[in-house]
Amino acid sequence: MNAIKKILGVLWILIGLYAGYYLIINQAVPLWKSGGNDLVPAIIYSFILAPIITLGMSVFGLYAIQGEFSAKENE
Amino acid sequence: MSQKKQSLGYIIGASSVGTLIEWYDFYIFGSLATILASKFFPTDDPTAGFLNTLATFAAGFVVRPFGALFFGRLGDLIGRKYTFMVTLMLMGGATFMIGLIPGYETIGALAPILVLILRLLQGLALGGEYGGAATYVAEHSPAERRGFWTSWIQTTATVGLFVSLAVIMLTKSMMSKETFDDWGWRVPFWVSIIMVFVSFLIRRNMSESPLFEKAKAEGKTSANPLKESFANKLNFKFVLLALFGATMGQGVVWYTGQFYAQNFLLKTCNLDDIQANSIMMWALILGTPLFVAFGALSDKIGRKGIMLTGMLLAVICYRPIFDTIYNTVDVSHKEIVAGSGLPDVKKELVAGSSSDSLIVTTTQKSFTDGSKYLEVKKETISESKIIHSEVKKTIWINSSDKWTLIGLVFCLIVFVTMAYGPIAAFLVEMFPTKIRYSSMSLPYHIGNGVFGGLMPAIATFLATQANEANKKAEELGQAAVFAKPYLQGLYYPMIIAGICFVIGLIYIDGKDRSIED
Repeated sequence: MNAIKKILGVLWILIGLYAGYYLIINQAVPLWKSGGNDLVPAIIYSFILAPIITLGMSVFGLYAIQGEFSAKENE
Repeated sequence: MSQKKQSLGYIIGASSVGTLIEWYDFYIFGSLATILASKFFPTDDPTAGFLNTLATFAAGFVVRPFGALFFGRLGDLIGRKYTFMVTLMLMGGATFMIGLIPGYETIGALAPILVLILRLLQGLALGGEYGGAATYVAEHSPAERRGFWTSWIQTTATVGLFVSLAVIMLTKSMMSKETFDDWGWRVPFWVSIIMVFVSFLIRRNMSESPLFEKAKAEGKTSANPLKESFANKLNFKFVLLALFGATMGQGVVWYTGQFYAQNFLLKTCNLDDIQANSIMMWALILGTPLFVAFGALSDKIGRKGIMLTGMLLAVICYRPIFDTIYNTVDVSHKEIVAGSGLPDVKKELVAGSSSDSLIVTTTQKSFTDGSKYLEVKKETISESKIIHSEVKKTIWINSSDKWTLIGLVFCLIVFVTMAYGPIAAFLVEMFPTKIRYSSMSLPYHIGNGVFGGLMPAIATFLATQANEANKKAEELGQAAVFAKPYLQGLYYPMIIAGICFVIGLIYIDGKDRSIED
């Protein structure tokens, strides 16, 4: 189980990076371009949702790879 | 023993009532989103106005994590009780003030700016309230009943929504539609100040959390709770685990069941607002006891299994449930009563214009199953050209279909109660007393405020994109891109809940239930 937890850490990093890319390129950029009322969701996507998902999932994945969530051997 | 039980009941009751009122305050804004859009966010396009309000709604949610940080720190430094007294007053004051702001027609752009500021204050207050109440109750509860007792706090969010709908419906029933649209919508905001005052009186007499008192007496409180919570890897990894393995999925499940469902009935299905609100209320009444049931069950079989099962069921069942809701209301496949459906056209001059004319076409249809359909199309014509057009559709369904929808929404609420009922106890058990308020508040409010709070806006956006893609394809004479565009918005909660389920399943062990450290 500990090995699975570590290996999946890579997946969480990839998901975080992809989600950030998707949110910025596919969602936020068109909203920035259209302006007006769309600026509010554009700001939320760009500066709140995307950073939380990308940074959060990447750090979580990194911790998983480092074994931070692994069960102790003697437990 | 009986004295202890009685005092615990009082503690839970007093905490829950205050939290319920805060949720009430928060929800009336969302429940009155459409009318607030017309009063404070002027636009010729009703959809843009609605989205604008949703954005403000989202802004209210997005600031919640900041409230969690600010008040969480205070709660870990000076105590749980005083902190959630402050949040209660802040929330009540902001809500009352929203009810006093003149509309855009009276004070212009200042109106939406003031609404936005007060909405942000509401978000800040809510960010501090929940963590305080959950921590306070948990720190009073016996370990073997912690899930049960904290689940009462969990009911407050749903009961708060229920009370907000009830107050709105009651206010509507006491006046004409015109009066409600004119000033009656302000009443639910004004009612808040009375409830907050009563709750303040109750909470004022409560004692501080025993675990916090003990930690304080022993000099074990944290000097810098935020640093210890989020700059310390040993604790921060659990903050991330709480977010991505529990609250993120729980947040989207909650908002899909309680808010997107309501939006879906009103905006996508065009169901009459009184019927839609009534359906939501019945489903909430029937489902709310399950928060406590699942909270109590989590004391027996663990928190993790129940929460993750709720998320998994949501991922599997969302599309079939929402599809059935749509088809139950949809009149396109129903048999029309002969003679109904003839349009009534009225033409008049636009107020204040000597040349522009307004054509109002009203079409009423009755169906053999008892459903009714009303379409009001307004077209403004200037120099023989249509310069503005809007269509409002309203559908009324029969009693049998109404109960079908109540059953379906009830299923959504069951998923909510599974994911949400045990979560306060689960979060409290993850963190030590000295930084518990800060540590549990942030993942809770990012999960619920950001991931969950943005759910209706993101889902509406995805569904609108799908509709536009279908329109373009139709104009080009091609087949529709999306067979069921109204279900596209569900991909957001399904993906988020799915990822959260996997992370929770693999990384959460759910063994440690001690909070006395």
